[in-house]
Amino acid sequence: MLFTSYEFLGFLLVVFVMYYLLPGRAQWSFLLIASYAFYFMADPRYLIFIMITTASTFLAAKSISDHKASFDVWFKEHKKEMEKEEKKAAKAKEHSLEKKIFLCCLLFNLGILAVTKYTNFTISNINSLLSAFGRADGLSFVDLVIPMGISFYTFQSMGYLIDVYNGKFEAQKNPLKFALFVSFFPQLVQGPISRYADLSQTLYEEHRFNWKTVSFGLERILWGFFKKLVIADRILVPVKAIIADTDAYSGFYVFAGAMFYALELYCDFTGGIDITIGVAETMGIKVTENFIRPYFSKNIKEYWNRWHITMGTWFTDYIFYPISASQFMMKLSKKSRARLGNNLGKRVPVYLSSFIVWFTTGIWHGASWNFIVWGLGNFVVIMISQELEPFYRWFHSKVNVAGTFGWKLFQVIRTVLIMSSLRMFDCYRDVPLTIKMFGSIFTDTHLWQFNPEAFVAMGITIDDYIVVFVGLIVLVTVSLLQRSGSVREKIAATAAPVRFIIWYVLFMATLIFGAYGIGYSASQFIYNQF
Amino acid sequence: MNELLEILSDLHPEVDFSTATNLVDGGILDSFDIVSLISEINEEFDVTIGAAELTPENFNSAEAIYELIKAKLDDED
Repeated sequence: MLFTSYEFLGFLLVVFVMYYLLPGRAQWSFLLIASYAFYFMADPRYLIFIMITTASTFLAAKSISDHKASFDVWFKEHKKEMEKEEKKAAKAKEHSLEKKIFLCCLLFNLGILAVTKYTNFTISNINSLLSAFGRADGLSFVDLVIPMGISFYTFQSMGYLIDVYNGKFEAQKNPLKFALFVSFFPQLVQGPISRYADLSQTLYEEHRFNWKTVSFGLERILWGFFKKLVIADRILVPVKAIIADTDAYSGFYVFAGAMFYALELYCDFTGGIDITIGVAETMGIKVTENFIRPYFSKNIKEYWNRWHITMGTWFTDYIFYPISASQFMMKLSKKSRARLGNNLGKRVPVYLSSFIVWFTTGIWHGASWNFIVWGLGNFVVIMISQELEPFYRWFHSKVNVAGTFGWKLFQVIRTVLIMSSLRMFDCYRDVPLTIKMFGSIFTDTHLWQFNPEAFVAMGITIDDYIVVFVGLIVLVTVSLLQRSGSVREKIAATAAPVRFIIWYVLFMATLIFGAYGIGYSASQFIYNQF
Repeated sequence: MNELLEILSDLHPEVDFSTATNLVDGGILDSFDIVSLISEINEEFDVTIGAAELTPENFNSAEAIYELIKAKLDDED
């Protein structure tokens, strides 16, 4: 069930009405039923996978939590009569037991994710290797079910497990409440990857109908639909045309395609997240923000703190930190300092951990070399920008431009250009073709041969480009307004007639210029596939 | 404390670490800085800081970092 389908709107309406008709204490249970119904309607087989992840994570986390609690009681009672070494041994024994449970659950669930998502990718690589050694008879591909949103709910569940293992909070005692945390339907298909400590604050509470919360939520949903239907789905048509015909569209058209894709992906993904957060908000539930105007970032590092934030923080907290703080890395750090000197040596563990994180981020996005190269491309850019920091410091000590509008604009344009170049790996069939098409921007751009009519031949009309352009202006204006606080609060502070005119215009614009409209199944949200 | 302030100043000479209280929340220390920092702390104080302890609360000020180091040293005693 796509967010942009009539079925979803109908489903939402029923859930919304029932949610507020039910007594407060039954609301979260109803949300669990609704979430499972949502998933069941997508494909009944998906339910088995999510239930396995839910049950295994719940049991493992609860077992770890119970062990911790009983050990703490025992330790408090006995620590006075124990020697220092005995205390250490007792703690180590307890830790080892918890670690076993933790690792079993972690590997089991990551195993499910790996098998469902990466089996065919592995087979394809084995076949390539076999054919390189002259073996034509490769392995056959397998037909596996890939449950919708498996990467999201697996990461969300594993984040919970790691937090319980690290003693950040006690495990949830109610299996049904935990099942809702894993399956909460608005965020099931494309995130955000919520943390239990955040989402549980409002997920299980009783919520009474509150006009301000509901109207804010509806506004957010409408804004998401505007971005998705008016801008993203419209500009996707020329993006697809440019990617499909690499002979006709090279050089400047590739650059234009990369820019169109930057806009399309932003509106598609943030539009979907707006709908997710808006739906939750109408029910009084607070879902973590996933974007803070990423295209206004001054460098790629900052961009990744503002784009798909929950994924970035997940990778930082649960992969980057554990790897870089591990005993192995500490030893490596000591060795590399001794051999390479303090300055160079201290970079080794940071960059090695970062390399692993970006490789994982790439493969998380998709089982293909395109995504792996994309991930590693990000790593290289971040590493270069890190290494260039002394140069920038020197440059700013000589040239006083740091706070100027021109410099800030340069930084923003640089971020957009670098990210758009890297994202070309999302678009083209394979890595060599992507590199070839990227190269064509520099070798095959002949602006004197530029033909505006070629853009009309890509499947949308001049009017459509005008709609996209106006949509872009609205988008940039809203982003600029957001810098001084919530736009919805600003709208709420206006007189009622003004407020209603704004809502009416946004609604009508989405209805009229969402030319492909609700119900038009042109494109799934891009992040649904993860 | 002085050794710690020296390590921090090496990372960001432009920051007054003796007074700053929003090192992580304010974006002064990023994840790269924190990893460099814990490896320096490991070297200087011979304490191991685990991934679970890499939270904003523990790294928002030099004072908080120092408290963490002291707690680790006490723990190891």
